[in-house]
Amino acid sequence: MTTQTRGDSFRDEVREFLREHLPAGWQGSGGLDPGAYPGFREHWRALLVEHRLIAPAWPREYGGGGHTAVESAIVAEEFARVGVPRGGANDPFGIQMIGNTLLALGTEEQRRRFLPGILDGTYVFCQGFSEPGHGSDLSNITTRARREGGEWVIDGQKIWTSNALTANWIFVLCRTGDQDTSRYQGLTLLLVPLDQPGVERRPIRMINGGDEFCETFFTGARTGAGLEVGGVGGGWQAATRLLTFERGETTATLPVRFRAELDRLRTLIELRGAFADPLVRRDFAWCWSRVELMRLNGQRNLARWAQGESIGAESSLEKLWWSELHGKITGLACRVLGAEATTYSGQDPVSYFLCDEPGAPADSVSSWVKVHLSTLGETIAAGTSEIQRNIVAERLLGLPR
Amino acid sequence: MDFSTDQDHESVRSSVRGFLTRSGTEADVRRIMESEPGHDPDGWAALGKRLGVTAIGVPEELGGAGFGFAELAIVLEELGTALYPSPLFGSRVLAAEALMRSGDERVADEVAALADGETIGCLALSEHSGAWRPDRVSVKATPAGDGYSLEGRASFVVDGAAADLVVVVADLAGEPSLFLVPPDAEGLEREPLQTVDLTRRQARLTFDGCPARLVGTPGTAPRVVASVLDLAAIALAAEQVGGAQRCLDLAVDHAKTRVQFGRPIGSFQAVKHKCADVLLELDAARTAVRTAAWSVDNAPDEVPVLASLVKAHCSEMYELAARECIQIHGGMGFTWEYAAQLYFKRAHSSALMFGTPDHHREALADRLKLGA
Repeated sequence: MTTQTRGDSFRDEVREFLREHLPAGWQGSGGLDPGAYPGFREHWRALLVEHRLIAPAWPREYGGGGHTAVESAIVAEEFARVGVPRGGANDPFGIQMIGNTLLALGTEEQRRRFLPGILDGTYVFCQGFSEPGHGSDLSNITTRARREGGEWVIDGQKIWTSNALTANWIFVLCRTGDQDTSRYQGLTLLLVPLDQPGVERRPIRMINGGDEFCETFFTGARTGAGLEVGGVGGGWQAATRLLTFERGETTATLPVRFRAELDRLRTLIELRGAFADPLVRRDFAWCWSRVELMRLNGQRNLARWAQGESIGAESSLEKLWWSELHGKITGLACRVLGAEATTYSGQDPVSYFLCDEPGAPADSVSSWVKVHLSTLGETIAAGTSEIQRNIVAERLLGLPR
Repeated sequence: MDFSTDQDHESVRSSVRGFLTRSGTEADVRRIMESEPGHDPDGWAALGKRLGVTAIGVPEELGGAGFGFAELAIVLEELGTALYPSPLFGSRVLAAEALMRSGDERVADEVAALADGETIGCLALSEHSGAWRPDRVSVKATPAGDGYSLEGRASFVVDGAAADLVVVVADLAGEPSLFLVPPDAEGLEREPLQTVDLTRRQARLTFDGCPARLVGTPGTAPRVVASVLDLAAIALAAEQVGGAQRCLDLAVDHAKTRVQFGRPIGSFQAVKHKCADVLLELDAARTAVRTAAWSVDNAPDEVPVLASLVKAHCSEMYELAARECIQIHGGMGFTWEYAAQLYFKRAHSSALMFGTPDHHREALADRLKLGA
C-alpha cells in the first residue's frame, strides 16, 4: 500500500507525537467518561493547533502543516488507530469542508481572514445546505439572499444543521438568481455570522435522544458583501466541490473504526457465550468479511489517490458500503444482548455516528443501542443510499438520467 | 500488497483476451460445451502450449514459466468472463497443485506434463454427499504388490472424464492419503455426470481394484487437500469476478438501449439501483480476489482467511449479478438462446462447488477462532 511506503518516516513522526502526548494508559476516547470527553477534546485540539497537526495539508502560511494529502490521510489513520479525535466537533465543517473550499475557490482576502481563524477557534463553522423542502434535491433550495447596499440580506430556513449550537458562523447555500431560468446558476454560497438577531437556532431531538441537529431560521439575517465563496452565482460548483471534501479522509479512518467496533462486538459475544450459536458465528463472520472488504478496497482507493487519480463517484460506493453495513453490525450486537437491548443501561456512547469511539466498553447496552439507532441516519445523511445508487449508476455505469 | 497497475498482469490479461477474442466467442463456447470432450483440444493446446498459461505459477525446475498465483488468477478471471470451457481449473489448479504440494519428488514428471498442458489431470476427492473433505472419502486403498489397489467411488470430479491422469484421495488404513492413477489403468470406470453448467464437466469415477501409486507419505492428504481447497476457492472466486463483470456489462448495455414507455429502461431507478448494487459487490470482490491471489505467493499465513472470505462473497456476488442480468433482460434473459442462462448456471454451480457460502463463513469463523 502506497501510504505505507511513501509515508513511512512521516507515519513514525505521527506515532511519536501520539506516544509523547497521549495520557498514560490511554485506551481510546471511548475509555473516557462521556462527561469528561468534551474537556479532553478541547485540550487535545489546542495541542494539535500548536503542533500544526490540526490541518496537516494546509499551507503553513495559514497555520497548516504544509504536508501532502497522503500525509494528511496518514494523520487521520493513525489518530483513528489509537482512538483520539482529529480536532473539535465542528472541524469537519470548518476545516474539511469550508476551509478546503476556500483554499480551492476563495479569494486571497477570504483565505487570510478565515483560514487562520478557523484553526485558532475564532471562526467555528456549521453547514447550511438542506432545507425542509429540499434535502436530496439540493438544486431547488429556496432560501433567498438579496443585496441591500453593501450587505446581503437572507431569508429562509435550513435544517439538519449539525453542531449548530457550538458554532458561531455558518456557510449557507442561497438562491440569489431567478429560480425558473437558472436552477443551478442562481445559487451562491455565503458565509454568515450566527450571533445576530436575524438568525435563530432550534435543536431537533433525534431518534437516539441526542440533539446535535438544529433547524436554522434566517429572517432578514445579514452578512457582508465579499463573503460569497466561488463568486455570486457560483454556489452550485462550490457546494459540489465542498461535498467531495466531506468524504476522502473517511477512506483511511472508517475501516479502523469499524474494526475496533467489531473487536468490541466479538468481546461482547464472547462475554455472553453467544458464539455457541451457529447463526451468530456466521453472521459475525459475514460482518467481519464486509469490514475486511471495506479495508482492502480502501487501501486500493488510497493508493490510486496517492498516485494522483481523483476519487469521484467511487466515494458513493464507499458510502453505500459502510452505511448499509453499519446497522447490520449494531443489529447483531442487539440480537446478542436480547431483552437487555430493550432498555438503556451502562455507559452512553462518546460518539453516536460512525461507531462509538475505540476503547468504549464492549458490554455497554446504551452504547450499542444508541449507536444502532443512529445508524438509521447514516443511510440518509450526506446523500441517501438511493441518491448514492443513482450517482453510481449514472456516473460509473453511464446509465441515462 | 502493491495496488499499482502491474505490467505482468496486464500482459497476461491481454494475451488471454486476444485468444478469447479469436476462439472464445459465445458461439465457440456453445459449440464446445455441446461437444463430446467438453473442451476444445485445439483451444487447450493454444492456451497451454502456445500461451503457456498451464505453466504459470509452476516452479521453473518443474517445467514452469515463472509468474505466480496472482497471474494464474488473471487467466481464470478472463476465462470466467468468457465462460470458456477448459480443464485449466481441474488440471492446473486441482491436480497439479495437489501433486506439487505433496512434497513428493517422484511426481516431477507428472507435474511437468501438467504444466506443459500435454496431460490433463483431475482430483478425485468428493464422495456422493458432496463434502470436499479428505476425512470423508469413501475410496479405500490397500497395498497390492509394489503399489496399491483402490476400491470405491468419487463424485463431482471436475474434468474427470477428460483427464489423462487421476489424483485420488483415498483412505489408507485410517489415514487419508494421496494416490496417482495412470491414464490407462484397469479397474477405473468414468461416468460423465449431467451437469447443470455445461461449460464445466464433471464425472463419477468408480475404482474397482484399480492400481495406484502412493504420492508422498501415508496421511499426507489432509494437509495437501486443505491448501488445494484454499487455492480452489480463490481460483473460483477469480472466475466469479470475471463472470459477474460480463453479466453487469450485458445488463447495463441492455438497459441503455431497451426502450419502454418511451424511455431507456436504464433511466428507471428500479433498474439503476439493481445495477449499482451489483457494481458495489463486484468492486469489493475484485480487490479482495486480487489480494487473496497475491497472498498465495507472498503471505501464505493470510491465505486461509482470505480464501474463505472471497469464496463466500464472490459466490453470492456472482449469483446476484447473474440473477439481475436475467431480470433486467426480461423474457429474453430467460431463454436458452441468450447468454445470461449460461452465466447463471456457472454462478449457481460455482457457488455450491468446493464449499457453499455458509460453509465458508463457518470456516472463516473457525479460522478467526471465534469463541475458541
